[in-house]
Amino acid sequence: MSRVSVTTAAGSSRRGGIAAVLPTVALLLGAVYCLIPVVWVVVAATKTPGELFSTFSFLPGTRGGLADNLSQLSGYRSGEFWRWGLNTALYAGVGAGLSVAVSAVAGYALAKYRFPGRTAAFNVLLAGVLVPQITLAIPQYLLLAEVGLTDTYWSVLLPSILSPYGIYLSRIYATAAVPDEMVEAARIDGAGEFRIFTSIAVPTMVPGLVTVFLLQFVAVWTNFLLPYIMLADDRKFPLTVGLFTMLNQGADQPALNTLVITGALLAVIPLIALFLVLQRFWSIDLVSGGVKA
Amino acid sequence: MPFPSRSSGPSTSDRLPGSDRSARSGRPVRSGRSARVRNRAAYLFLTPATVLFLAFLVAPICYAVVLSTRASTVTGGGIGVRVERFVGLRNYRDALSDPELWQSMVRLLWYGLIVVPVMLGCALLFALLLDARRVRAKRFSRIAIFLPYAVPGVVATLLWGFLYLPDISPLHDLFGLVGLAAPDPLGPELVIGAVANIAIWGGTGFNMIVLYTSLRAVPSELYDAARIDGCGEIGLATRIKIPLLVPALVMTGIFSLIATLQVYSEPATLRPLTNTISSTWVPLMKVYRDAFVNGDPYLAAATSVVLALGTLVVSLGLLRVLQDRAFGEER
Repeated sequence: MSRVSVTTAAGSSRRGGIAAVLPTVALLLGAVYCLIPVVWVVVAATKTPGELFSTFSFLPGTRGGLADNLSQLSGYRSGEFWRWGLNTALYAGVGAGLSVAVSAVAGYALAKYRFPGRTAAFNVLLAGVLVPQITLAIPQYLLLAEVGLTDTYWSVLLPSILSPYGIYLSRIYATAAVPDEMVEAARIDGAGEFRIFTSIAVPTMVPGLVTVFLLQFVAVWTNFLLPYIMLADDRKFPLTVGLFTMLNQGADQPALNTLVITGALLAVIPLIALFLVLQRFWSIDLVSGGVKA
Repeated sequence: MPFPSRSSGPSTSDRLPGSDRSARSGRPVRSGRSARVRNRAAYLFLTPATVLFLAFLVAPICYAVVLSTRASTVTGGGIGVRVERFVGLRNYRDALSDPELWQSMVRLLWYGLIVVPVMLGCALLFALLLDARRVRAKRFSRIAIFLPYAVPGVVATLLWGFLYLPDISPLHDLFGLVGLAAPDPLGPELVIGAVANIAIWGGTGFNMIVLYTSLRAVPSELYDAARIDGCGEIGLATRIKIPLLVPALVMTGIFSLIATLQVYSEPATLRPLTNTISSTWVPLMKVYRDAFVNGDPYLAAATSVVLALGTLVVSLGLLRVLQDRAFGEER
């Protein structure tokens, strides 16, 4: 078998010439296109405001712009940028953490219990996946305003916990990973239902739950409209809303542009790091939901 | 529990090979009481999700529907008293007869016609390339193409927005070298494409990973058999891989469509950089302006309901058409 494929591979690459490297070139072109803005923001963060619009886009600044930009950004409204960073980490970390807990337990119940209303519950959940979340933002704002919760951390955190898609994925993970025999055996041994969930179901579901966490973490970290609508106090802003307001001021104060660019760079570094470290969990199967590490 | 086999009490690890045990005893008999206990546990497990679902999904939808049939009027002279009252479908009539909404919908249609096919086409191509033989630099390319997924829409727009500016754009320098005037991506002709490019840049990698995950689940024996029959890599892709990807393509298509219909942060973030984008450039921007700038949440609610219904109809319709086609191919 392997001999057959080796000879065909060698044969066609000799015949192929340019055609043989074309697929690699296409893939690399895609990679370069995706990297252009990322490389640019790294380069642009090293420029002074004067250099930004005068030197070639992809040549780094030569007048020590990066240190200036960083210290000015840190000093922006007495350290507000770092506060936005902490807020973002709080919204994304706590929101995604609670979201995984709610999704895991609900997905497990939908997968492993035969109770009246199970099919109906699952269908309603699927409809929830299709509801355009963002069109809910304004009624959500008005409802939270009724109970006095707008412009609080809760107003961004609470709507971020519900993830119909996370529940859907958790249900698939639970169906695939949690063996019925183990659950039955634990019941015969007299373990309570919650104990069975925490000590048998959760450990086997962990790889899938990490994916659910990452998806929700990125969704909250990158969310703009929800915090933009909910929050008025800029000390509660996440990075996206903070950078947006800075950019709007930059239209009048061009000196802010390099700060916005440096801020944009700092805002994506944590996510990109998370990404590279947890690479093996980034296998997303929308159809069967399985994780193939 | 360091030595599970020696522990005297029943433990779950003792029961691990218990599959044959339950097979011998057949299906465990369910007494009425234990079934009730289990049902109660299931409902308890679903309670947090149900409460959140009701509070942040069902209640806002109902509230939006109620609001959309009401309006605030000022009665009495002088300062007057604001009274909210039922106005039937007036807000819907106002929303649907507003040319600004239709203009924004037409823009959204063009935007979607660019974003969805180009993004999914690129995602499919890259996924197939990652899965093909004799392609190099796979690991690097996979990471590089997936990277924009980690960049928030606001930040992506900020990066591309600066790159679109004539003083920064490398394209401007390139056109300058051959003595041509560079096209302005933020000008009225190209601005939809400029916004679409940002969405394509941000979304291709995620969809590529979804499709690639799906491809890797295919047993390789299937390919080996086809290769023995003389099937080349391109034949393999068009005759085996793409048909197998149809369910994943339907799902990515639906999710891309839903994301496209709610585009907001990209055009909103580009506004400070160009005059081409109005405050009602896409429907959601108009909803925001009506609710928070013009102080008319009733009209905004009506528009939201129309948009949500439109999204639901389009995505369910598409799901149906695509499913029929998928089944047709299988037959």
